[in-house]
Amino acid sequence: MSENPSEFSGGDYKYGFTTAVDMETFVKGLDEDVIRRISMKKGEPSFMLDFRLKAYEKWLTMEEPDWQFVSYPPIDYQDISYYSAPKEQEKKESLDEVDPEVLATFEKLGIPLDEQKRLSNVAVDAVFDSVSVATTHKKTLFDAGVIFCSISEALRDFPELVKRYLGSVVPVGDNYFAALNSAVFTDGSFVYIPPYVECPLELSTYFRINNEDTGQFERTLIVADQDSKVSYLEGCTAPKFDTNQLHAAVVELVALDRADIKYSTVQNWYAGDPETGKGGIYNFVTKRGKCAGERSKISWTQVETGSAITWKYPSCVLQGDRSVGEFYSVALTNGYMQADTGTKMIHLGKDTKSTIISKGISADKSSNAYRGLVQVGPKASNARNYTQCDSMLVGKASSAHTFPYIDTRNQNVQLEHEASTSKISEDQLFYFEQRGISREDAISAVINGFCKDVFKQLPMEFAVEAERLLSLKLENSVG
Amino acid sequence: MLKIENLQAAVIDGEDILKGIDLDVKAGEVHAIMGPNGSGKSTTSKVLAGHPSYEVTGGTITFEGEDIAELDPQERALRGIFMGFQYPTEIPGVNNAQFLRMAYNAKMKFLEKDEVDAFDFEAILTEKMSQLSMNPNFKERMLNSGYSGGEKKRNEILQMSILEPKLAILDETDSGLDIDALRIVAEGINKLRGPEKAVILITHYQRLLDYVKPDHVHVLSEGKIIRSGGGELALELEAQGYDWVTN
Repeated sequence: MSENPSEFSGGDYKYGFTTAVDMETFVKGLDEDVIRRISMKKGEPSFMLDFRLKAYEKWLTMEEPDWQFVSYPPIDYQDISYYSAPKEQEKKESLDEVDPEVLATFEKLGIPLDEQKRLSNVAVDAVFDSVSVATTHKKTLFDAGVIFCSISEALRDFPELVKRYLGSVVPVGDNYFAALNSAVFTDGSFVYIPPYVECPLELSTYFRINNEDTGQFERTLIVADQDSKVSYLEGCTAPKFDTNQLHAAVVELVALDRADIKYSTVQNWYAGDPETGKGGIYNFVTKRGKCAGERSKISWTQVETGSAITWKYPSCVLQGDRSVGEFYSVALTNGYMQADTGTKMIHLGKDTKSTIISKGISADKSSNAYRGLVQVGPKASNARNYTQCDSMLVGKASSAHTFPYIDTRNQNVQLEHEASTSKISEDQLFYFEQRGISREDAISAVINGFCKDVFKQLPMEFAVEAERLLSLKLENSVG
Repeated sequence: MLKIENLQAAVIDGEDILKGIDLDVKAGEVHAIMGPNGSGKSTTSKVLAGHPSYEVTGGTITFEGEDIAELDPQERALRGIFMGFQYPTEIPGVNNAQFLRMAYNAKMKFLEKDEVDAFDFEAILTEKMSQLSMNPNFKERMLNSGYSGGEKKRNEILQMSILEPKLAILDETDSGLDIDALRIVAEGINKLRGPEKAVILITHYQRLLDYVKPDHVHVLSEGKIIRSGGGELALELEAQGYDWVTN
């Protein structure tokens, strides 16, 4: 146990620094003109402006949802800046031309971008506030025929592909935050894997919010053409501010016939001060994948450890016959964090199969809710779902909630649901300590044991990172 | 090795349980602490190990010349004090082999020796398990989860034989064992005995003492040792019941 209280009063969020970079930031506020300026700034094709304006119109008619198991003061959408970017505009051909401060920031985050130091088996697209600043390993990917670039570049270089798939999984008016994102998103990643190609590298996007009053609205679109395969990883951090920043992203995945997409997230946004609950990111994200083709597969793995409020449900629409959807989740809340997360598995095709493994860990005064929907359409004969929902409570003031929904319009289905709640008890820790093992190691062993069904889905190096992250966050929460 | 003087302890924010215990355990000795239910036997073992539910309200605990009453449980364990639990805690998600290696390496690290990798540890574990006639599948089983009472106790002895503590305090390790298991557990304890080691057996019955001969027997009642003697005291207790000494 630490003697120094500052070590755990928010001090353990080591990504809480800001970077002094010359930024171009729009004045706060949102109207049609702001959207036109974003689109113009980015030199977008006209269909994109139409897409944005349509989304904005929808958004104006919508109400912010309030059914989630979280509470927060109303957000003033006119008090947010919708565009912020390091000043040099052109995407650099070489990393030498990127602002060294920005490169240093990513290096400090453990995401080195330059040739010598970068991860050899992972291609990274680094997004700083609203724009993508660098993409590594371009050549290797290009040789394989894989397109991996920022969505702004994709709009410029592959407008037809983007036009065809953007909004095809999450329509502009899907929900309040998705509509907002569709209107104002400034960047994000685009991936296209051609037929019969297995992507030779892990693809990764690393998001960094730097500016205090900027919302981050990134947009990710991944298309895996028939018989292709890709694994994609997303990581995120943000500086510590006393105010809340809004992060309203949209991620769309499209898997054509027999394609396989694996999407992993290790989310570590700043969660606010653990003592007072001040500050932190509002993470209101729409993630959905469509298994459009037969025997296609989409697998979501998420490790959610940060954000003041998390509100997200990575989902699968299982349209193709015999398609497969998976959701593996660890959501940790501590301090005053609130998380309402889970998934939707929408079975439309025949013989479709889905698996949901959710592990919720709540510590301190936090609240952690799992919300899941398994829906089976009239044509989805032989659909199968297995859901396992486990909660672990750490300390006495935390809470866990489970809201499973099932909606089936087909008689011929097989659905299983299992749930459990457990605690890390003082007796368990004593048992470890009596054998000479430190409390920290004990907590980490118990938590990793609890989460291992999810961790084993992550790429190796990120699994290690995820384990470390959880142990660090829980160190001072037991007992 | 262990010297307890006028030890008094209470449940935190609760009643006094130990009301002045004196005990002097020398290297090479086996002490048995017997007594009726509620006499403070289990509390004694937990207080010696540093369980957070209890506080020492008076007296001293000296282990190898050092006052350990303020040390946390991990520090006591690393100094060579092992407690065999009456009710070993279930720890799902962590398997036996992993747990034992963590404990073994914690000790190695404390002794400034090299830690062992999973492969080398496997060899150590396999040998110790066969000595205790344990099924190899125990390695992969989750720690104490879903074990029968006897399996849990045998697993405690396995941990003890791997960690080779200086002082083992075994809290009702014999309860819930059938006669074969009792013999195996007793062999495990006897293997640990040696001129450098000491054992405190906390037990309700004489049965275990047929296999592990104690040098000293103490009778605990209402938080105090009311009688001490040699091995023969246990036999008398068995024959006459605790009323014989408590009244």
